[in-house]
Amino acid sequence: MLKSNSMFIKRWWPAATIIIVFAFAPQLFETFWGRMGMYKLVLLQVFLANVVLAQSYRLMTTTGDWTLCHYILMGMGAYTTAILAKFYGVPFYLTIPVAAICTVAVSFLIALPLSRTIGFAFFIGSFALGEFVRYIWEKLHFPFGGSRGLSNIPRPELGQSGDWYFVDFSSRMDISNLYYGTLILAVFALVLLYRLDTSRFGNAWKSIYSDSELCESIGINVTRYRILIFCVAGFFASLAGSLLAYQWGAIDPDNFGMIEMVYLIIWVVVGGVKTYWGPLIGVASMSLVFELTRPFDEFRPLIFGVILISSLVFMPGGLEVLIPRTTRFFKNLVGTKEVS
Amino acid sequence: MSFLSVKKLSKHFGGLIANNEIDLEVEKGEIRGIIGPNGAGKTTFFNVISGFYQPTSGSVTFKGQNISGKHSSEISKLGVVRTFQRAALFPDFTVLENVVIARHLRANNSLVSAIFGNQKKAEEANVKRSAEIIEFLGLGDEIESLASNLSHGHQRQLGVAMALATEPELLMLDEPVAGMNSGEKAVMVGMVKKIRDEWGVTVLLVEHDMRTVMNLCDRITVIDFGEKLAEGTPDEIKNNDKVIEAYLGADDSVA
Ligand SMILES: Nc1ncnc2c1ncn2[C@@H]1O[C@H](COP(=O)(O)OP(=O)(O)O)[C@@H](O)[C@H]1O
Ligand SMILES: [Mg+2]
Repeated sequence: MLKSNSMFIKRWWPAATIIIVFAFAPQLFETFWGRMGMYKLVLLQVFLANVVLAQSYRLMTTTGDWTLCHYILMGMGAYTTAILAKFYGVPFYLTIPVAAICTVAVSFLIALPLSRTIGFAFFIGSFALGEFVRYIWEKLHFPFGGSRGLSNIPRPELGQSGDWYFVDFSSRMDISNLYYGTLILAVFALVLLYRLDTSRFGNAWKSIYSDSELCESIGINVTRYRILIFCVAGFFASLAGSLLAYQWGAIDPDNFGMIEMVYLIIWVVVGGVKTYWGPLIGVASMSLVFELTRPFDEFRPLIFGVILISSLVFMPGGLEVLIPRTTRFFKNLVGTKEVS
Repeated sequence: MSFLSVKKLSKHFGGLIANNEIDLEVEKGEIRGIIGPNGAGKTTFFNVISGFYQPTSGSVTFKGQNISGKHSSEISKLGVVRTFQRAALFPDFTVLENVVIARHLRANNSLVSAIFGNQKKAEEANVKRSAEIIEFLGLGDEIESLASNLSHGHQRQLGVAMALATEPELLMLDEPVAGMNSGEKAVMVGMVKKIRDEWGVTVLLVEHDMRTVMNLCDRITVIDFGEKLAEGTPDEIKNNDKVIEAYLGADDSVA
């Protein structure tokens, strides 16, 4: 019992540390940057949504299916959330799950024809179907708001002022409640994604990537599993979309376009997809680069292009290959010998 | 009612007739060999039976149930499991993990229980049975090795172990000793015999290597140019004029 407890701690302390740091981020930011801290907190909030998005995209790629419409799935979540909240006043604890269900349904419809294709046809097919959805958003004034999108999406609320459980997410001056809501949902999504990755479904998906013929021979319906992963990835992309809809307060079709999709691919490629940690590192490092290059933003496509190409050339496994190397380096530094 | 019954099975690729109205009856508990020169259509025959290809015409019946046209994964779940002519395995996983994965795919559990449920007990049973299969096939020393690091012979054995992990009733082996040295071949022959004798699994195997087939099989079916040429016990086949002419005579490295 003791042994398994210490194993547990050993495996989870990095994640636990990160969560604790994130939990105290509003206070830390305020201490360091004063009122500017709120602006940085917004960035952190967007970062959390992006991590969920990147992690769901990584799940999608475990079968080897790199789609070009993942941002569309996130957009589905964002639009559904926005429409429900703006036009029907639906509270956030309903909009988020309903948006996820709608996105899963759309994912299913997209995945049905795509599951008949592999490789390049899949890649281009996913682009075409995604753009078709985006076209609908652009052309339908109701309920999607056409090319100008939807604005004034109401901030979430839990109860009314006076209720003991009342939580006010609406303040523009103090966004820490919204930040905590985002953090809780993001951690929830990330834990589920981790469980999935290590479950037998995760193994099955990785096996399909490795050898789909062999999978068929031992009783896996490859087509069905590929549709399933599309829907599951869509579910989590939708959660990210709901978060962004509430954070931004306004969305339009261009938020979910090809450029964004390319950035998502860069995050995941730079971080690596082999382990769960790859996309986290990818989003963190690339968000940092994005912020640091703010003064020369017209050069950003160039900068990220160079980063993508050098990462493919010099570190095809992504930054995640550095994890075992660094841990080994620090272990040697401290002088402890790994026993197992 | 025979165990596996193939009736007038044909498979055309455009103008190419890879299988032409082949009949085959396999009894429960037998080891049946299918031989024929390269390109005779043996692998195609396997692919059609196991659902990887749709037949052009004809039918396949397994234990009285028509399985022709069914999805390959479905046929595998019904107990007809095939291996590949190549060494097919998941290279990034260990021997044990490969076999455990092959068992997972059988378990039809839900996504929700995979995320929230405690799989420990089912998992322990899975691992135990997998280790048993690996031990039974004599791969016990390699149980923790990475599949990609195994020798070719061991990789082919692992392929059989994974097929067995699905608990099949009919095991279909496509050239199980291809590319093996004589020592490895002997191990594989012993393994297949053991699978039939001790576990009662019916075996249908395609083989190019004459000696192996003659040693191993109760009955042999000869295919040439997509058609059934002859059928009988190893002795009958050895002395069949048509077979000698078409196959044995053409290649003096065999027999
Ligand atoms: N998927 C396919 N498409 C077209 N032709 C094929 C295909 N599979 C096999 N063939 C052809 O069918 C014939 C039989 O091949 P195969 O069944 O692999 O022979 P064997 O296993 O007996 O060596 C060959 O001429 C081969 O080229
Ligand atoms: Mg063949």
